[in-house]
Amino acid sequence: MIAELGLAALWLAAALAAMQMAAGFMTLRVAGPTELAKLIRPAAMVQGVLVTLSFAALVWLFAVTDLSVKLVAANSHSMKPLVFKLSGTWGNHEGSMLLWVMVMGLAGALIAAFERRLPERTMNATLAAQGVVSLGFYAFLLLSSNPFERLPVPAAEGMGLNPLLQDIGLAFHPPTLYLGYVGLSVAFSFAVGALLTRQVTPDFARAMRPWVLGAWVLLTVGITAGSYWAYYELGWGGWWFWDPVENASLMPWLAATALLHSVSVLASRDALRTWTIMLGVVAFSMSMVGTFLVRSGILTSVHAFAVDPERGTFILGLLGLFIGGALLLFALRASTISEGERFAVASREGALVFNNVMLSAILAIVLLGTLYPLLTEAFDVRVSVGPPYFNPVGAIFAVPMLLVMAVGPLLRWRQDRPERIGREAALFAALVLAALLLFGLLADVALLPLLGLALGLGLAIASLMPLRGRKLTRTPLATWGMVVAHFGIAVALLGMASESAFSVERLAAVGEGDSTTVGPWTVVLQAVEPVAGPNWTALQGRMAVSYDGGTPITVAPQARNFWAPPQQTTESALVTRWNGQLYAVIGDRAPDGRWQLRLWWKPFVPLIWMGGLLVALGGVLALFGRLLTDIRNRRLAARIAERRADREALA
Amino acid sequence: MSWRLWLPLLAFAGFLGLAAYQLTQPKDEFVESGMIGQELPYFDLPPAIDGVEGAASVHFADGKPRLLNIWASWCLPCIAEAPQLESLKRQGADIVGIAIRDRPADVARFLAQNGNPYARIGRDDLSEVQLGIGSSGVPETFVIDGKGVIRYQHIGDIRAEDVPMLLEKLEEAR
Repeated sequence: MIAELGLAALWLAAALAAMQMAAGFMTLRVAGPTELAKLIRPAAMVQGVLVTLSFAALVWLFAVTDLSVKLVAANSHSMKPLVFKLSGTWGNHEGSMLLWVMVMGLAGALIAAFERRLPERTMNATLAAQGVVSLGFYAFLLLSSNPFERLPVPAAEGMGLNPLLQDIGLAFHPPTLYLGYVGLSVAFSFAVGALLTRQVTPDFARAMRPWVLGAWVLLTVGITAGSYWAYYELGWGGWWFWDPVENASLMPWLAATALLHSVSVLASRDALRTWTIMLGVVAFSMSMVGTFLVRSGILTSVHAFAVDPERGTFILGLLGLFIGGALLLFALRASTISEGERFAVASREGALVFNNVMLSAILAIVLLGTLYPLLTEAFDVRVSVGPPYFNPVGAIFAVPMLLVMAVGPLLRWRQDRPERIGREAALFAALVLAALLLFGLLADVALLPLLGLALGLGLAIASLMPLRGRKLTRTPLATWGMVVAHFGIAVALLGMASESAFSVERLAAVGEGDSTTVGPWTVVLQAVEPVAGPNWTALQGRMAVSYDGGTPITVAPQARNFWAPPQQTTESALVTRWNGQLYAVIGDRAPDGRWQLRLWWKPFVPLIWMGGLLVALGGVLALFGRLLTDIRNRRLAARIAERRADREALA
Repeated sequence: MSWRLWLPLLAFAGFLGLAAYQLTQPKDEFVESGMIGQELPYFDLPPAIDGVEGAASVHFADGKPRLLNIWASWCLPCIAEAPQLESLKRQGADIVGIAIRDRPADVARFLAQNGNPYARIGRDDLSEVQLGIGSSGVPETFVIDGKGVIRYQHIGDIRAEDVPMLLEKLEEAR
C-alpha cells in the first residue's frame, strides 16, 4: 500500500510539473497578467510536497525492509543496522534519482514560496524552466527506473547493500552532493528564465546568488566528505584519484565557483551579464553530464552504478533537450542582452574575470581528460587518463589563479591603481619566494608540491589581508565568508602539497609481537584477533603505535568480511596528531605466519579536509550575510511602502 | 561577435554525437592480456586434487605447444566448455588446467561429472598465477608455444566452432 501511495504521489507530482511548465510558457506568450499565471506558484509548491511524500514512502519501505518491493529486495537486508537501511534508500540508482527529483521539487517550491524580487514574467519563465527539467526527470523515473516496482513473489531475504557503502560517510555524502547538483538546477532555471524574458539585472543576480552559494557549499562539503571516505574506507591511502565519478563532482564545483564570483560582480556592479548566464547554464549542465557519464556505464569507473544502456539513452535524450535547448536559447538571445557596466583591467572585476577564465580553463581540462577515453575508444584505442595529465596541466592554470586570488580581493571595484596594493603584493611575493627557496633547497621537494607549499603559505597570509584596517566586529558577514573561504583554499592546498611532498610509505611483513617503523612512528603488532559485528566478521590487528618514542596508543585496523553480500573491505586505523596522520591497514597473512602491514605517515594531510570544510564555512557565512541583508532590505522596503500608503491615505 | 555565441552549442553537439555513438557501440568488457608475446611468468602450483600432477611453468618450455586453461568448478561456462576441451584433447592437444580459488572436493566432483581433459591441474587459491598471465576471469584459454611464450588468449568459454581455430593456433605455435 505504501509503495502504491508513493508511486501515485510521484505521478501526481509529474502532472503538476507538466502544468507548471505549460502554464508558465503560456503566460509568456501574452503581454499582460493572466489568470493562468496564478496557477504556477501553487503548482510548484504542491509538487514539492507530493514528491517529498513519495520519497518518504520509499524511506519507509526501506526502514521496514518491505521485501515485496524489488528495489528493497535488491539493495537491502533485514539484518542491516537501521541507519544503513535508511541510507540504502539512496545507495542505488532508482532511490538516488528519486532523491534528486525530491530536492528539485523542494527547491522549486522554495523559490515559488519566497522569491518576490524578480519581475513576475521572469519568475514565471523561471518556474516554467524548472517544470521542464523536473518533468524530464519524472519521466525518467516513472518510465525507466520505477523505484516502487513490486516483485511478483516477495523475496525471502534481501540481497544486501554493498559493504563499502555501509559507512556513516556514505549516509551523508551522496545526499549532500545531490543537494548541491540540484541547487544548481535552480541557477539553471533562473538563467533560462532571464534569457526568455531578456531581463538580466542585478536583482536577478541577487535572486540567484543564495542558490548558487547554497549549492556550492553543499558541493564543497560533499566533495570533501567523499574524498575523506575514499581515503579511509578504500584503504589505498590516497585522497583523490581523478576517477570519472570524482571528476563528475569536481566539474560542477568548478563551474559553480566561477558562477559564484561572476554572479557577485553582476549583483554589485551590473557587469558580466552574458557570462553569468552562460555559467548558470554550464554549471547545471556539468551536473547532468556527470550523472550521464556515471550512470550510463559509458566510462569505466571504480564507482559501479547499475549500468543500463537504455537508461543511458534516456539521460542522453534529456541532456540533449535541456542543455541543447538552453544553449540554443543562449545563442539566439545572448546578443540581445546588453553588455552591462564596463570596468578597467586593474580592478576587482578584472581580477574576478581573470579567475573566472582560469577556473573555466581548469574545468575544460578536467572535462577533456574525463571525456578523452570516450573519444579514443571511438578509434579503438583504450587509454586511461590519470594524475600525470591532470596534475601538471591543471597547475598551469591553477598557479596564476592562486596568484591573482591573493591580491584580487584587495583591489577596488571598477578601477584601481595597482601600485596602491604594492606593499601587500610585495609581502605575498616575498613569502612565496622565501618558501620556494626554503623547501626547494633544503627539502628537495618535487616541483608541483613545492609550488603548492609556497603558494599555500603565501595565500594563507594574503587571504587575511582584506581584514586589515577594518573593524572586525563591523565587517560584513559576506566579507568574512570570502576571507574564510580563501583561507580554506590555502589550508587545503598546504595539506595536498605536504601529503605529496612528505608522505612516507611502509610495506612490511610483521609477526605478532614484532615491530616496524614508518617515519617517526614505531608500530608494534601485538596480536591479530577475530572480531564480529552485526553483519560482518573481521580480523583485527591490535597495534601499539608511538610517535617519536612517546606513550604508545593502541589502534586496530580490520580486514572485514561481510556476508550479505559476501565482500571484503579494509577498515584502516588512523591516528591524527596536530602535524599529520598515521594510516595503518592490515593485509593478508603470509605462509610463514607473518602479517602484511601497510603503513603511511602523512604529515599535515588532515589539512586537506579541514581546508575543504573552511571553504564551505566561508560559503555558509556569505550565504547568511546575504540572506540577512535581503531580509533587512525587504523589511525596509515594506516599511517605506507602508508609510507611503499612509501618506496617500492622509492626502 | 554573435557567431561565437554558437560555439558552446556546437561543442555540446559534438559531445552529444560522440556519446550517442558510444552508447550504440557494443561494450567490450574483455580485458586482453598484456602478456601475449611474452614468456610465462615463473610459477609452481601444487596439484588441485590428489592423483593428478600440479602445474609449473617449467613444464611448458619443452618444445611442445600446449593449451593453458584457466577454470574453476564454481564456473558455469566451464561446464559448457568441457565437451570442447575433451574434443581438443582427442585431436591431440595437450591441456594444462589451473583451478582458480577452488576446493579439492569440488574439483573432484566437477571432473567426475564433466570428464578430465587435463594432463596436469594446478591449484591457484589466490588467483596469483591467473593475474600473472593477465587473465581477468574464468574460463580463459591460452596457447603457449614450445618455448614457453604466450601466443594467444581466448576469453570466455570455448564453443564448438572455436575448436578448429585453437588447433590451428597450436599448430602455428609449433
